[in-house]
Amino acid sequence: MVTVAYVQLSGCCGCLISLSDTYEKLIDILNSIDLVYCQTLADAREIPNADIIMVEGAVCLDDHHAMEVAKEVREKGKILVALGACSAIGGITRFCKGGQMPKPVQGSFSALSEVVKCDLAVPGCPPSPELIVNVIIAVLNGDMEYLSPFAKYAESTSTSCGCDLITNVINKSLCMGCGVCTSSCPTRAIEMIEGRPLVSSELCIKCGVCSFQCPRIELPKGVCQLDEE
Amino acid sequence: MDINRGDYMDPFGKYNSIISARATDKRILKKSQDGGIVSAVFIYGLENGLLDGVIVADKGEKFKPVPKVATTPEEVIEAAGTKYTVCPNISLLKSAVREYGCDRIGVVGTPCQIISTKKAIKYPVGFRHLTDKIALTVGIFCMENFPYNGMKTVVEELCGIRLEDVVKVDIGKGKFWVYTKWGETKSVKLKETHPYEQIACHVCTDYTAELADISTGSVGSPDGWSSVFLRTKKGEEIINKMVDEGYLETKPIDEGKFGLGILKKLALTKKEKNLKEIEYRKELGLPVPIIE
Repeated sequence: MVTVAYVQLSGCCGCLISLSDTYEKLIDILNSIDLVYCQTLADAREIPNADIIMVEGAVCLDDHHAMEVAKEVREKGKILVALGACSAIGGITRFCKGGQMPKPVQGSFSALSEVVKCDLAVPGCPPSPELIVNVIIAVLNGDMEYLSPFAKYAESTSTSCGCDLITNVINKSLCMGCGVCTSSCPTRAIEMIEGRPLVSSELCIKCGVCSFQCPRIELPKGVCQLDEE
Repeated sequence: MDINRGDYMDPFGKYNSIISARATDKRILKKSQDGGIVSAVFIYGLENGLLDGVIVADKGEKFKPVPKVATTPEEVIEAAGTKYTVCPNISLLKSAVREYGCDRIGVVGTPCQIISTKKAIKYPVGFRHLTDKIALTVGIFCMENFPYNGMKTVVEELCGIRLEDVVKVDIGKGKFWVYTKWGETKSVKLKETHPYEQIACHVCTDYTAELADISTGSVGSPDGWSSVFLRTKKGEEIINKMVDEGYLETKPIDEGKFGLGILKKLALTKKEKNLKEIEYRKELGLPVPIIE
């Protein structure tokens, strides 16, 4: 059976909640995997070797424990998945700076994908339960076609904030005003004005969802096939 | 089929059948653009429990469309008619579920909006517990759209009509038509409207909303009728029921020059023209939607 470890770094547990919010599908998933490590759900103290290691949360560069875990998950996981905005691209931890430090010396947070090489990075704050299930199933089935946007995301140097819509879509004369960025935003930071997204920098948490969802940045092959239902 | 490359000479994408149809409800026909298919399908869905909310382009002030979640037939009729400008319907996908509490949503959109919806369904990163609630997608034929100010320029400057006086806008017979509440009709050659198009539309090669359950538009059918592609089982079922129950009258599509012929010609024109634009942008080193 495929072994899976779920590791938490500087995150809020929201991605794990999203994973368990899949109800009956979670049971299907748990039946098809062996969850070998997940501190919130299971009693295992050491991260074992695993086929898939999913990591939630950013890496605190000022915390040697976090740095060691980052190294450890890369060594122990065959497939390393940066799950959720903090781990994939930094997310809300991008805003950590002076005066917001959980300990006097901890102020620098980076995405896991910046610290070690990740195989897949999944944006979203949190990624929806359905998407997490899709990703897990695709990993189990080796469906690289479905996973290719996440593989690419793991290597991307995108800033992954609402500004991406401006620089990569509007400024490139690609925005046709569908509004999917607006409806996908978890903080309602995007308003459609004159058929174009207006992003509030006060509300944007740099979760990467809006630009990931934009079909004018990327249109994965599977999307262009009509479902035979 | 692949939307932006490969077998692009296939003009319409996959479909099971294509017919000419129009609504039988006079209230719809009075307000609809052509055969009133979108309104009729949504009203049928709402009245028969297949849908409990539909995302439509409602009319705002000065012919400015506003996306709206309609939950009653009256609201659907109120929003009937094509708006030749951008209306971000997909921006309401989440509100339809969270604020209106709908769990069987109908979505109408241009081909690009249907593509966005399909991407959201396939990759629902930011759409928790939502994608299973999209019950039906209805696509409308689209060659290109106008930004609001582009449409405004065409109507006010080229046709000489104030937007507040407009009751209907239409494209047909090579012209852009404007109808006023005073009963006046003005038109301008489509060629003259090209400078005011939304340039982002020029990287799209989908004319007939190839990923929708049902796609419809005026091209290929006589005045007052619409051509309708039934693409999925879901789409086919609802149209068949509507025909059986008298909500729609249908006739076979004209397979000649003024029927399927013109539809095919326009679909291929869009594909050829915009594939060239995509190649041109690539040559310049500009990004185009990446299709892997």
